Amino acid sequence: MEIRINAQKSIGGFTLSADFTVTGDQVGIFGESGSGKSTLVGLLAGLHQPDRGEIFLDGECLFSSRKGIMVPPEKRRIAIVFQQPCLFPHLSVKSNLLYGFRRAAPEHRTIDFAALVSVLKLDTLLERGVNNLSGGEKQRVALGRAVLANPRLLLMDEPLSALDDTLKFQIIPYLKSVSEQFRIPYLFISHSLVEMRLMVEKVLVVAGGRMVEQTTSDQLARSRMGQSQVGYINLLELEAIRRMEGLFVYQWGDTELLVSAGNNQPTALFELSSRDIILFKKHPEAISARNLLDCIVANTFPAGNKIGVELSCGNRRLVAEVVVQAADDLGIVTGSEIFAAIKASSFRRLG
Amino acid sequence: MLSLTPADYDAVRLSLKVALAAMALSLPFGFAFAYMVTFLKFRGKVLLEVFINLPLTLPPVVIGYLLLLLLGKNGWLGPLLDLFGIRLIFTWKAAVIASAVVGFPLLVRSIRIGMETIDHQLIQASRTLGARWYDTLITVILPLSLRGIIAGSSLMFARSLGEFGATIIVAGNIPGVTQTIPLAIYEYAGSPTGESMAMSLCIVSVAISVLVLLFHEFLGKKLGGRD
Repeated sequence: MEIRINAQKSIGGFTLSADFTVTGDQVGIFGESGSGKSTLVGLLAGLHQPDRGEIFLDGECLFSSRKGIMVPPEKRRIAIVFQQPCLFPHLSVKSNLLYGFRRAAPEHRTIDFAALVSVLKLDTLLERGVNNLSGGEKQRVALGRAVLANPRLLLMDEPLSALDDTLKFQIIPYLKSVSEQFRIPYLFISHSLVEMRLMVEKVLVVAGGRMVEQTTSDQLARSRMGQSQVGYINLLELEAIRRMEGLFVYQWGDTELLVSAGNNQPTALFELSSRDIILFKKHPEAISARNLLDCIVANTFPAGNKIGVELSCGNRRLVAEVVVQAADDLGIVTGSEIFAAIKASSFRRLG
Repeated sequence: MLSLTPADYDAVRLSLKVALAAMALSLPFGFAFAYMVTFLKFRGKVLLEVFINLPLTLPPVVIGYLLLLLLGKNGWLGPLLDLFGIRLIFTWKAAVIASAVVGFPLLVRSIRIGMETIDHQLIQASRTLGARWYDTLITVILPLSLRGIIAGSSLMFARSLGEFGATIIVAGNIPGVTQTIPLAIYEYAGSPTGESMAMSLCIVSVAISVLVLLFHEFLGKKLGGRD
């Protein structure tokens, strides 16, 4: 997918001035609320008309004020998963799912209804109405409906914001797997850095109605570590091994981690703040923290008055943070050996 | 107690016929106007709204008189109607037009209230899923404003049954031809012996109104049933 946009749009006192080219199949648009993300979605989907400029998708002109082109939304083949599920309340789950499919040109209908229904685990819901579904079920139907329209681009406009934390992380695998399995490129729009990192590599940062940076989601998280209240969030996908005296033992690469907040699922996603990792120069004799990892400093990077320390633990990476003086005291340089202590309770389970 | 003359039966039949015809005639226009004022942006929208709502505030007699000026033999549209051999004034069709004009704002208002509750993102979703504007109109907006349409239609039907002022001016009070229930009651009320006859028609009138309201409630409940 390639989006080329150079367009302006004023709504009320706000002006969006988008001028960028982006390629890639999974791209994020990151920005605070009010930065212009949703306006951008409206311009791409054809729901708002730019005041002037041009928009191209894969070389095809969708809008041009100069040439007088404005392709209507129904002809763009750009489907949206909104923040609210926006299901048609008068239709059944099945009719909702098929709404876009029935309107797609036969030559574009490549997605198999039964396959999608089974990926999204909607088999048992098909004949039901949509008004009594749970929040997660509704969002899965909304996703299925958008995908079944066989779009060439899927816009996910804060699709997780209205869901509580548990549901959010249950829906993310669906968003990813459906788009990957059915090969639909997507733009993922969000103000959440964690969501960004789980969904995309490449990120456009939007602020004040302009695109200010094109970066990777991990780089973005690192550069924001200094200002963030919670530091850098390490995301760890762990495999459960066994239980031990009230704690859960998980496999992380070739290391075992002890975690308080485990569950009975075979794999689980945890977050660990860079602030919850304590670094030691030498192996401490005895500590209360249940995890002590022998690491190599892979890299350091500045973040405000702190230093971010990228640790290589076996074949896995972790980011810790220390204040500048501590970095000097510990003699942290790339390649040095260091011990990282992490309390079992510092891992927060997502989903 | 309920003793109706053949002329009374005619009046009841005519009332129902006029109210149904006025409702059927107004529905498509009412839906279109409600759609325009709810979803479209255009110049002169305020003027259009004032124009639609005017019959609500004008005395029906004034509306009747204006319709007479418009549709009468020497009226503004008279030559045009003559050309097609259409005669409206003092026929039951004139009563239909009078009822339609007087009830129209009620119909538009109800449909509009229904349409205003529709989430705009549903419409946007439908468009991005490949529906053209008229497709969205039929498959999303129409079914979701059904409650408003039913409410508006019953209101309009009931209003038509009671229409008097405009009707008597454009359609007259001809028994068997243009005499509806209110006009018949008016005539009985003016005659010294008509008291019980007027009462009978009043009871019929109440009965029809109650039935219309019950029907409205029933449909509303049925529509709200889907889970």
